[in-house]
Amino acid sequence: MQSSQIVRIFILILLGVLFSLVRVKPVQAQQPLPTPSDNDVNRVARELYCPVCENIPLDVCPTQACREWRELIRLKQAEGWTDAQIKEYFARQYGPRVLSEPPLRGLNWLIYVIPPILFAGGIYLVYRVLTNMRRVNQPVKVEIPAEDTQDPFVRKIEEELRKQQ
Amino acid sequence: MDTIDKGTTSPIEARRLPTWVIILAFALLLGFLAILALGLRRTMQGPITVGQNVPAFSIETFDRKTINTADLAGKVIVVNFWASWCKPCEQEADELEMAWLKYQPGGKVVFLGLAYVDTEPNSLEYMRKFKITYPNGPDLETKVSQMFRIRGVPETYIIAPNGTLAYVKIGPFTSLGEIISIIDPLIAK
Repeated sequence: MQSSQIVRIFILILLGVLFSLVRVKPVQAQQPLPTPSDNDVNRVARELYCPVCENIPLDVCPTQACREWRELIRLKQAEGWTDAQIKEYFARQYGPRVLSEPPLRGLNWLIYVIPPILFAGGIYLVYRVLTNMRRVNQPVKVEIPAEDTQDPFVRKIEEELRKQQ
Repeated sequence: MDTIDKGTTSPIEARRLPTWVIILAFALLLGFLAILALGLRRTMQGPITVGQNVPAFSIETFDRKTINTADLAGKVIVVNFWASWCKPCEQEADELEMAWLKYQPGGKVVFLGLAYVDTEPNSLEYMRKFKITYPNGPDLETKVSQMFRIRGVPETYIIAPNGTLAYVKIGPFTSLGEIISIIDPLIAK
């Protein structure tokens, strides 16, 4: 192989390497987020409550204000917000009372802690009562001193009892 | 010693619960009752009445500025609750803006608008429609409206320079003159 051929191959390899380095990855056009469907909106809305009505989940609330709040959910979803972010936004705007599940902070902990404690306490009490009842109904072995068995009256009673059986 | 099974039952004295269980049960019960009592007390607490001191509160405006009423001591504060979905609010929107434009140069009166359970896009649209320029923001977590115990919108609370509630307007103001007739005497004091 001539030296000129070696140089040509070297240049070709060098060009190939340079080309691979400068090759630009094709950029795709930024697709807009699809408009969230009613199902998407209701998925979040059913976990929120109407801030001005009494105990009506947002997905079934028929008022104009609720329709606007559902549209706000759609808007936030279109902006790419997650369900959790939307719920947090609603809680910050209208208070935690709009959440179907109270957040785990402050006195709200009691809602989650007290029922299991009371339930466990109840189970313990039932267990104690049942255990005591079983103990009460068990036949009790009574130890009688030996001298009592020598007592003629006791022997007589014993005999009478055996006859009756 | 012989052991004879008599087959009889003998009542055994039921064992008492451990003392710590009894104390814990009572402590839980008392704690629960205390929480109920606090909640009930809060619910039964009436609104701030005229002459009472208004606790300081802060609002975050739509342009993300925080205004604390504690920093506005010595000024008359007009707190207006409104909502874009509230038709009667539209009746007083122009009057409130005119009043703000009248008092703004003097610097003795501050207007604060609070959008009650409204969506931000609609609130901003409402403000554009009525060309409202005084500071406005959402009533976050409805804290301020709960403090005043508002019954609906529009409602306006006017705080005197000494920090006491001077006037309560339930419903919309009907004219600019009505607003001026309330604020002017407070400035003059």
